[in-house]
Amino acid sequence: MAIDTNSRPQLAPGCRLGENNNQRVLLMPERVLRLNGPSLEIVSRCDGKHTVAQIVADLQKLYSKAEPHKVQADILGYLALLQKERALDFSA
Amino acid sequence: MTVPQNNPLALVCELTHRCPLHCAYCSNPRELAARALELSTEAWISVFRQAAEVGVLQADFTGGEPLTRTDIVELVRAARAAGLYVSLITSGLPLDEAKLDSLIAAGLDHFQLSFQGAREETAAEISGTKTHAQKLRVLEWLKSRRVAVTLNFVLHRRNLDQMDEMLAVAENSSATRIEFANVQYYGWAFANREQLLPTHAQLEQFLVTVKTAEERLRGKIRVEYVVPDYYAKYPKPCMGGWGRKVMLITPNGDALPCHAAAVIPGLHFGNVKEESLRQIWESSDAFEKFRGEAWMQEPCKSCDRRAQDFGGCRCQALLLAGDAAATDPVCSLSPKRSNVDAILASLPTSEAPAGPQFVYRSNPA
Repeated sequence: MAIDTNSRPQLAPGCRLGENNNQRVLLMPERVLRLNGPSLEIVSRCDGKHTVAQIVADLQKLYSKAEPHKVQADILGYLALLQKERALDFSA
Repeated sequence: MTVPQNNPLALVCELTHRCPLHCAYCSNPRELAARALELSTEAWISVFRQAAEVGVLQADFTGGEPLTRTDIVELVRAARAAGLYVSLITSGLPLDEAKLDSLIAAGLDHFQLSFQGAREETAAEISGTKTHAQKLRVLEWLKSRRVAVTLNFVLHRRNLDQMDEMLAVAENSSATRIEFANVQYYGWAFANREQLLPTHAQLEQFLVTVKTAEERLRGKIRVEYVVPDYYAKYPKPCMGGWGRKVMLITPNGDALPCHAAAVIPGLHFGNVKEESLRQIWESSDAFEKFRGEAWMQEPCKSCDRRAQDFGGCRCQALLLAGDAAATDPVCSLSPKRSNVDAILASLPTSEAPAGPQFVYRSNPA
């Protein structure tokens, strides 16, 4: 499923941020995902308010040394992974 | 033997062995813990705090039926306050809407509802209780509440033909996750295996159905499944490896590396009433026994897959090879694989043999 850049991703019920030994993690049913710098920046913007396009723009600013299209591709790839894990709801 | 250790990540809490159901494949041991010996509320709360301190992230409340504990809401609140992610693994009874609201308000993250089939009569046949209509009511209540929902369908010869109906139940609910869990053959299920083990044709159809559903539901419902490992080529990495990730606490406070470990003779289990969780994890006899690779026999000892499947399941090795340190006999490389093939060859070939004569799970004193 392609991700609509105008949609607003939000963590699904039962998915939330947590911490373990100073490592931020995403907790969900029967799974724990470790969050590194960029993935934490993405997940913390999945609040139902930011659109995908806004998240991309934010991170392109934050990682201004990286190529913008590469940043976008990485973000879309990561959101697709979270979608497959069923960690996100996308609203219009 | 000292092996560099990971933290445990998950704490399986068998809060009680009491249960209104009598499922013929129950994963509880054949010898059930009596109510009088169950840990107190305070003892469980101490366990949750210690678990979070050693690095556990998730607590799975199970049983028996965890809702039979009258302090269940307090236990959910305490585990969440300790910093744990809390899952409730339940049959859905005894439960009403007010209790469900209390559980969610206390911080329940994940509600996993187990199903014995897609029809009342199948569910009643396997569990010895009428529960299916109540489960469907619970699914309706869950639709308007914010909590992760998993439907867990336990599969075997007598209900594998209902998978399409099971998928329909899930798609008509707020579930974000389905588990198609084929019965694993220990304890009660081992006693009933001739009536529960699927046929080879059923297994093949199962794999087609589950993979199609996985594709079709991507982004809506996460579909996960466990195959019956008697048909597998290699064993499952049982519990993610002995003493590597998971710690299970029985109703009376024994700390086990897996649900069935009590069947292995000579293992001494630490108890949370006498020792700290950290002491038990790091140095108890039972957790040390099959950690790492030093205990392995051939063919595991020199096998390239030993870091993937950790030699398979110790309890299954005991049940099917008579030696808990042997290679799991479901492995095609095991010298005892013929024991598994003999069981499969002895199965009736029809999918639904005449009326079941199950050994039903009893209830503790």
